[in-house]
Amino acid sequence: MAAYRNTPGFQRVLHAVKHVCFSKQRCGVIICRYSTVYDPNEKVSLIIRVIKTCKKMGIKTVAVHSDVDSSAVHVKVADEAVCVGPAPTSKSYLNMDAIMNAIKQTGAQAVHPGYGFLSENKEFAKRLAAEGVTFIGPDTHAIQAMGDKIESKLIAKAAKVNTIPGFDGVVKDAEEAVKIAGEIGYPVMIKASAGGGGKGMRIAWNDEETREGFRFSSQEALSSFGDDRLLIEKFIDNPRHIEIQVLADKHGDALWLNERECSIQRRNQKVVEEAPSTFLDPDTRRAMGEQAVSLANAVKYSSAGTVEFLVDSKKNFYFLEMNTRLQVEHPITECITGLDLVQQMIRIAKGYKLQHKQSDIPINGWAVESRVYAEDPYKSFGLPSIGRLSQYQEPLDLPNVRVDSGIQEGSDISIYYDPMISKLVTYGKTREEALKKMEDALDNYVIRGVTHNIPLLREIIVHPRFVSGDISTKFLPEVYPDGFKGHMLTAGERRELLATAAALYVAAQLRSQKFLGDLRVSVVPAESRQWELCVELDKGVHMLGVSRSGNNYTVEIDGEKVEVSGEWNLASALLPITINGKHRTLQCLLRTAAGEISLQYLGTSFKLRVLSNLAASLSKHMPEKVPEDTSSILRSPMPGSVVAVSVKPGDNVAEGQEICVIEAMKMQNSMTAAKTAKVKSVHCKAGDTVGEGDLLVELE
Amino acid sequence: YRGWCLQNARCYSVNHLSVQERIEKKRKAALTGGGQLRIAAQHKRGKLTARERLELLLDPDSFVEYDMFVEHRCSDFGMEADHNKYPGDSVVTGQGRINGRLVYVFSQDFTVFGGSLSGAHAQKVCKVMDQAMMVGAPVIGLNDSGGARIQEGVESLAGYADIFLRNVMASGVVPQISLIMGPCAGGAVYSPALTDFTFMVKDTSYLFITGPDVVKSVTNEDVTQEELGGAKTHTTVSGVAHRAFENDVDALLNLRDFFNFLPLSNKDPAPVTECHDPRDRPVPGLDTIVPFESTKAYDMLDIVHGVLDEREFFEIMPNYAKNIVVGFARMNGRTVGIVGNQPKVASGCLDVNSSVKGARFVRFCDAFNIPIITFVDVPGFLPGTAQEYGGIIRHGAKLLYAFAEATVPKITVITRKAYGGAYDVMSSKHLRGDVNYAWPSAEVAVMGAKGAVQIIFRGKENQAEAEAEYVEKFANPFPAAVRGFVDDIIQPSTTRKRLCRDLEVLASKKQTNPWKKHANIPL
Repeated sequence: MAAYRNTPGFQRVLHAVKHVCFSKQRCGVIICRYSTVYDPNEKVSLIIRVIKTCKKMGIKTVAVHSDVDSSAVHVKVADEAVCVGPAPTSKSYLNMDAIMNAIKQTGAQAVHPGYGFLSENKEFAKRLAAEGVTFIGPDTHAIQAMGDKIESKLIAKAAKVNTIPGFDGVVKDAEEAVKIAGEIGYPVMIKASAGGGGKGMRIAWNDEETREGFRFSSQEALSSFGDDRLLIEKFIDNPRHIEIQVLADKHGDALWLNERECSIQRRNQKVVEEAPSTFLDPDTRRAMGEQAVSLANAVKYSSAGTVEFLVDSKKNFYFLEMNTRLQVEHPITECITGLDLVQQMIRIAKGYKLQHKQSDIPINGWAVESRVYAEDPYKSFGLPSIGRLSQYQEPLDLPNVRVDSGIQEGSDISIYYDPMISKLVTYGKTREEALKKMEDALDNYVIRGVTHNIPLLREIIVHPRFVSGDISTKFLPEVYPDGFKGHMLTAGERRELLATAAALYVAAQLRSQKFLGDLRVSVVPAESRQWELCVELDKGVHMLGVSRSGNNYTVEIDGEKVEVSGEWNLASALLPITINGKHRTLQCLLRTAAGEISLQYLGTSFKLRVLSNLAASLSKHMPEKVPEDTSSILRSPMPGSVVAVSVKPGDNVAEGQEICVIEAMKMQNSMTAAKTAKVKSVHCKAGDTVGEGDLLVELE
Repeated sequence: YRGWCLQNARCYSVNHLSVQERIEKKRKAALTGGGQLRIAAQHKRGKLTARERLELLLDPDSFVEYDMFVEHRCSDFGMEADHNKYPGDSVVTGQGRINGRLVYVFSQDFTVFGGSLSGAHAQKVCKVMDQAMMVGAPVIGLNDSGGARIQEGVESLAGYADIFLRNVMASGVVPQISLIMGPCAGGAVYSPALTDFTFMVKDTSYLFITGPDVVKSVTNEDVTQEELGGAKTHTTVSGVAHRAFENDVDALLNLRDFFNFLPLSNKDPAPVTECHDPRDRPVPGLDTIVPFESTKAYDMLDIVHGVLDEREFFEIMPNYAKNIVVGFARMNGRTVGIVGNQPKVASGCLDVNSSVKGARFVRFCDAFNIPIITFVDVPGFLPGTAQEYGGIIRHGAKLLYAFAEATVPKITVITRKAYGGAYDVMSSKHLRGDVNYAWPSAEVAVMGAKGAVQIIFRGKENQAEAEAEYVEKFANPFPAAVRGFVDDIIQPSTTRKRLCRDLEVLASKKQTNPWKKHANIPL
């Protein structure tokens, strides 16, 4: 450390910024008490993102970490790392003395605080100032003003920003909520004053839902933010979520860097984002941008920030909230404007004036971002899943693809964190090109060991409504009213899938007959052979004829011929092949000796069984295994902790009645009875940690 | 000429059939076993017939059948009647190919006298076993038999003994595999028990010395067939069976897969198949798998899967003595045997069951030229009266013995703990380990820091400081490395590359033990 502090060229090169990244991750239970809910994967990916820019700018970086994070990715990529204490955050990342020591010890000249933690702590800001250390990010006053929804709305109103009609104050209780809702008119939205990211947010269409929503939201708000104050506002039905990126310096100048459309959401959390929006015309864009800038000016904002708006079908827009941090979706703005937002933040922190004028800000091409989550998309568009990433490979060898992540092969995804794996960004000259790249990128993204939402992402980006730009925040429930079921195969796609599985099966069979240097193996006349196979897919059974010439297979299915060729590398997670002249990348997820083959095709994983005709015909004699009756058993749909159990053995429950509440990733889920019955046994109690599929309650 | 022959034959035919016609008739009868009704009954039980099983197990058109015309020789209790004679009797025998490699097989036919073992049946089985040993090819037995042919009395018992003797003679000469696909009771169970691997089919196979009725009359225990000797019992509780499969088709397809790991005999090298997985593939996940706290568990299978070709691991006894993991896999196409302590179960300690499980596996590998890779994370032998009374000294010695006598290539990777006697046992350098590695997280010591400090610094104040000193001194790979007890300390992510390279070098390893009639493993 001392070595390069004394290097003469050092000060010159880096404008005297040495940079400490504070992170908190993989350190046990997170208690989210700050203005935003964030997750450590995201945090680490942000830190890595910051470090990348610092490297580009010639700035040395220091990562601070707790004992248990010493092998985390951000620690590896930073130039130096300082351990600030043991795993509990109060002893490490929240330990101001330890962090000040780290700053002194390394001679750091600037601090990037990450989110939360010390980023809003006035005392910390004061101590940094006393040491002459630069704080990268907006000042605490702006963060606090914008972090509080009630205050921010008042400021926005004063700055002549369009706001949603609603009640400008804290709602005392459920009955007051009902009264106010009546005044504003249904539907209304109840949300946590301290909230963000969709936590503690409920929509109510009538009085009863208002009461229930009030109860849930205040509980969630309390557990997520340690603050149960709620507010109510008019709910804009079928809106689009469009936000403006702003950049403001310490000299009172501010810019808007165009918009990002983040309408594709599930449970109020963003899933797919793009920039620019297909919906905005230049006038609306300018109007929104100007209001965003005036809000930034109103709070003397400096650094990068985001002003979120709801836009209705008539292009009326309403201020939602302002995010005072670098957002997850910032890369798409960087793609279309060519600016490095982290670099701009560092410049601003150093007190430089903005480099650009508003007229310098372009919209070049189109960028799309998919949030890749460790979630099961077949349950409510995404319930958290956990596990160890046994294989992990980002599609980085594709051009115009960017992946921001904080994980690596071998990382554990646990119930204590938001389950984001990465942000996958593709860029193209046109929207069509960017979306096509996204298809390829998703097909080439290898994630094993945890359930992930690539099936859903892959479906969204090719859906006709999405492709035509006809979207709103209601997109998912409208398009999939009965829940997401995966890709629905057309007859042609089905044939492609069957043919691929058959060819893969034959390739594997042929390889298992190849013994190197063994003279005692009889030569199998494989080359001349034809295969008669029986392939099962979704209870449908198909008889296939396969013939082979080198790596090319001709598969005959119901009279139609499908040509499949490829390398047939049986060790690779990716299966790049050509089907009837079309290039496709599939993934082989499973291949067993008993003929089971799972393929990821068009994002969705399909289970097939390939058997020789003989094995298939004999299989019909096999006894059927009786599956468990699930209507009388309540299992946890996801890993999490039990918040409350509302029944005891012997109770009578009605169908749909709440039995218990499971919380994971700060989301509460009410578990209900599948039928009217008597409770036989209860296998969990409040405070328990449960895994996915764990038995909770048995009914008679 | 042919015409004359047929004419001539017809003259001598008892039933006025030509020899050719009789051949055809017998063959046809042999192919239908106990007849269509019994075949239908067999199917109804969810089981395939003896011949269907062989068809599925062997390469198409590769089966060469022996003794199709053999019939039982019993003349008591009306057994001599024509309708009680079945060509081939209650077993189908012969040889065939699995993926082009020779294998001898016998498949008991439940549709003929419930697959019961007659003198003729035993003779047929012995014939294929004798030939298998002569030419050096594995024997696979598909068991589905009600037991002895009671009508034949001691003839049947003699038959069992003849088979047992051959099982013992063939042991260590050719691999022997038993797949239990129906009942297997009484004396019959000892043939599978003597073979190298016993697999079972879930819900349709049973193995026991005496059935539930006898159990009830002798010990007054109420127990079902399934509980007494079903696949679950033997793969989780008794350790008699090595693995269970869902049904006949599943079992036979898996058996084909399994067969590819095995050499044909003790004179043949372990097979090498074409491998698509790069031999020098880094495994980045391994660098972070061992938790920072040495008391925290992790899954040894994550390491094993990461290192192997295509993450493919044929685990042996996956549900029994789970604190040790054993099974077959390939490294750069070459068959290897994997042994690993499982920190996830009972901290990976060695106890009676895991020692025996490990020892038998190691001895199989050694007998059949299969290199052994051992992953070590062992806190020691499990303490307690249950273990001591159970003979942990005797059983633990088996594993020690097996590793020590093995002369196949032995590579060891210490991932974390290698404590006490268990360190010695787990294929240590001292037991002729060829290449022994330690990961940086390795702790090779007599015991954990806490226990050691309590002994070394008994009565001293400031135990915490002493503990820190001990950790600094011993809870790392250096004490072993400076003495050459580990050959190198390696970056975990490079483990696969190292192992593949070493296996290639060690392929020509030659080592012999002193001449002896046979060794005396502490049984």
